[in-house]
Amino acid sequence: MRYLTPRKRAEGKGAGHAGTEHQWSMMVSAAGLAFLVPVWLYIFGRALGRSREAVLETFSHPFPAILTALVLVVGMRHFAMGATTMIEDYARGTARKMLVIFVISLSWVIAATGLFALARIAL
Amino acid sequence: MVQFTLPKNSKIRTGKTWPKPESKNVRKFQIYRWNPDDGENPRVDTYFIDMDQCGPMVLDALIKIKNEIDPTLTFRRSCREGICGSCAMNIDGINTLACIYGLDEIKGDVKIYPLPHMAVIKDLIPDLTHFYAQHASIMPWLETKTNRPAKEWRQSIEDRKKLDGLYECVMCASCSTACPSYWWNSDRYLGPAALLHAYRWIVDSRDEATGERLDMLEDPFKLYRCHTIMNCAKTCPKGLNPAKAIAEIKKQMLDRVV
Repeated sequence: MRYLTPRKRAEGKGAGHAGTEHQWSMMVSAAGLAFLVPVWLYIFGRALGRSREAVLETFSHPFPAILTALVLVVGMRHFAMGATTMIEDYARGTARKMLVIFVISLSWVIAATGLFALARIAL
Repeated sequence: MVQFTLPKNSKIRTGKTWPKPESKNVRKFQIYRWNPDDGENPRVDTYFIDMDQCGPMVLDALIKIKNEIDPTLTFRRSCREGICGSCAMNIDGINTLACIYGLDEIKGDVKIYPLPHMAVIKDLIPDLTHFYAQHASIMPWLETKTNRPAKEWRQSIEDRKKLDGLYECVMCASCSTACPSYWWNSDRYLGPAALLHAYRWIVDSRDEATGERLDMLEDPFKLYRCHTIMNCAKTCPKGLNPAKAIAEIKKQMLDRVV
């Protein structure tokens, strides 16, 4: 039992003065991915089913390699921010913080692994 | 953590079935009942009303039940014309005002529950204390810094038009209680009603606290929990669009930084 006034509960700790950057980043990355993903899927689809050498050859060219790197970085950044929002929606307290740390770490690990694989292919 | 099931003492049971009147034009009403004083679980009571002796609106039926069948049925009502916002409840699965929702709009049995995901005080009365406090927190009044003019704060016809679709809100809470984001995070998210009112003052050409108002709202929870689900616009009994007002606030936030 806490004797807090309804206004005190509604005000909480005040505004965090954050969120607009997040909103803008999500809009920018969504717009970027709307272009990047279809082009990447087209290139990936054309390489699918071909021989190992042909696939390595495709992704060693600058455009497919840079495009794949952008999809990985921008995509994982977008995923991390979107998943953070979902976690904030449904989880509370320490669970919320732990899940946010996990999902951001996971996105960086996926991006780093992908970039490493790409470097092995392209360089 | 979000709860997907009701606690044991909130599980709804079948309640009393009241006698059927002698008439050919009878309609069945299933109404949520809960009394904090008897320690029982909530129940759904069944009533039958002779529609030849009843007004056309859901509120008419509720008043008839209270006057003629069961005086213990508890609900808020006042103006009976969609202005006071008191009789907001969940009717046939939609949050709306009982006074302006016609019984002819409902097919089959009439199912009436309190506004969802709010603590219930009794029967169809939700506890709106936090909702009203959130409304107060957005400073729903004209804030000025310039000395008061001799006659009045002037406003052009064009600027006045910007308030249309905003000032009509009657604070019935139908929109906020239809919003999943508000269900899960109402402790921090202001909800569609409070944000619509916030925008009503942000966009008011006479108000001189726009920056402070935006500062106060710039928060991942207070404002940015809105995911444009649009339940608020769909359910609003006054036909307003709180989701659009929230989107306009977000646009103004972006204008400050980009």
